[in-house]
Amino acid sequence: MDNCIDLSLLDGVLDEYASVKGSLITILQHTQDIYGYLPKEAIERISERTGIATSEIMGVGTFYTQFRFEPVGKYLIMLCQGTACHVNSSELILQTIKDELHIEDGQTTEDGLFSLKCVACLGCCSLSPVMMVNEDTYGSLTPDKTKKILKELREAAV
Amino acid sequence: MRVVIGQGSCGIAAGAEKVRKALIKENIDARVSITGCIGMCYLEPIVDIYDEDKLTRLVKVSESDAPAIAEYINTGDRSKIENLVVTDEDSEFLSKQTRIALRNCGIINPEIIEEYIEKDGYTALKKALGMTPEEVIEIIKTSGLAGRGGAGFPTWFKWNAARNSEGEEKYLICNADEGDPGAFMDRAVIESDPHNLIEGMLIGAYAIGAKHAVVYVRAEYPLAIKRLKNALEQAREKGIIGNNIFGTDFSCNFMIKAGAGAFVCGEETALIESLEGHRGMPRLKPPFPAQSGFWRKPSNINNVETFANVAWIINNGGEAFAAMGTEGSKGTKVFAVTGKVKRSGLVEIPMGKTLRDVIFDIGGGMKTDKPFKAVQMGGPSGGCIPADLIDTVIDYKALGATGAIMGSGGMVLQNWHQTHARDARAHHQGRGQRGRYRAARRTLLRHQGRRALRSRSDGSEPCTHHHQIFPRRV
Repeated sequence: MDNCIDLSLLDGVLDEYASVKGSLITILQHTQDIYGYLPKEAIERISERTGIATSEIMGVGTFYTQFRFEPVGKYLIMLCQGTACHVNSSELILQTIKDELHIEDGQTTEDGLFSLKCVACLGCCSLSPVMMVNEDTYGSLTPDKTKKILKELREAAV
Repeated sequence: MRVVIGQGSCGIAAGAEKVRKALIKENIDARVSITGCIGMCYLEPIVDIYDEDKLTRLVKVSESDAPAIAEYINTGDRSKIENLVVTDEDSEFLSKQTRIALRNCGIINPEIIEEYIEKDGYTALKKALGMTPEEVIEIIKTSGLAGRGGAGFPTWFKWNAARNSEGEEKYLICNADEGDPGAFMDRAVIESDPHNLIEGMLIGAYAIGAKHAVVYVRAEYPLAIKRLKNALEQAREKGIIGNNIFGTDFSCNFMIKAGAGAFVCGEETALIESLEGHRGMPRLKPPFPAQSGFWRKPSNINNVETFANVAWIINNGGEAFAAMGTEGSKGTKVFAVTGKVKRSGLVEIPMGKTLRDVIFDIGGGMKTDKPFKAVQMGGPSGGCIPADLIDTVIDYKALGATGAIMGSGGMVLQNWHQTHARDARAHHQGRGQRGRYRAARRTLLRHQGRRALRSRSDGSEPCTHHHQIFPRRV
């Protein structure tokens, strides 16, 4: 898969930010927006253009939870594990998602549709338990509601 | 008539956008617009109908209610919407509050600068620019405003230190990396009243002599980033940010940086490291950011809620702010009340009220029949305050004396169904960058083992004594 990376997609981002000091995180965020994750080749290209060593880029990339080094599914489920969600039984929702999709935290379904990631507080505590799927927030989750959402997403993808 | 739909993140997640689309499809004789979060998150989606100044507030609205709402607007027939109108009891959730930081939230359209200007927006900035920076700092000193991010450090002192620090280039930074689990007031302010934040920051930048302002926002808040960008653009067009603001020689430019997900970046020196594109590892202090911060230049960092109070203070005077609260804690504080509470949302009240006022009087108590056990305050740096300390006064010192802290204002309520040790692990998001966090984790695991054994042997509920698992933030 890595062989198909089109590095020219990065040119715009690098032209804009490569010489602006302190922009590494911004560059990585744009890179992830383009590819869905941080491919090895892209990191090497960023290193060439910015002069920042790949080891340092990896150091920054692995420090922040936002960055991924593997491709993710069409839908990235971010399940909130904050205190309010925990108090309102987010564990049940986690179990439901695992049972429905047969994946663990950090994994992607075989059909490449769903990836699951447990994350820190999403700041929608009054609707806890909460999950975000890509940029959409779903609140007041119950196991049944979660199953319904997953089903709808799966149907929408076809 | 005007129809206004609450579209903060909570409202949208509850279905507000679907309601808006459904209402637009109905042929209604009113202007449909949006607002941010009024803080009554448990009643979302909320639709406000203004007939001149008369407000009819509809709650828990779904798209299927659109025809009934249209009928009310077009014919005045209320019969089909009676069941949606907010109850008197729920209205008290707002009427019992005193709103300064949240004064425009859920009222104005956050995407239109004119609506903020109509509410006396940017008059405080104009007023401040007519004073000397020292006078501005003096007003903030009189107000007693203290850092709302958790530490409670006097704002004027930080501003003064940054002002007196030598150097031409200075930075004013807003910490919007709201990481404490259970806290979401900063998100609400940015999504609902971004110009209030911008105005507070501009006044701060003028006071310390900064030409550059930076907002560091969590990447998990895409809507907040979008609305803030839009607000900055509008302010720029009006000449409110940029060069020679309001024709004075004060110039200030803004930059937004999105965080990348690291709890520790709420700590100011870690935040600066992250702004510079590095791993968010805290720096040793001293030197403090006021001497050597962003790019090693004098920098001042305040929390969103702190800035959200500034314009009001300049317009109403430091004394008016200081008239509220206790001896050591002035003004109001916003709390995000969540967990097993009946009315979950944002509560802004004067300091000096008690936890009982927030949790029972305004929050309505527990949502299930299991009794109140404890309230977790201050995120991982805070602690759990048990039921027998419910009459503790909201004041930095009084809350500190319980072993918890005021923190950024997250209040997660627990009932008797929950065990503290398990919850503690859930809300611990620090990643061990600091020695004290690592030590805390060991203590926690020890507690957990012991508590697990105890529950198994006698089958009783674990004791309610507060245990301070996490040390206080420095």
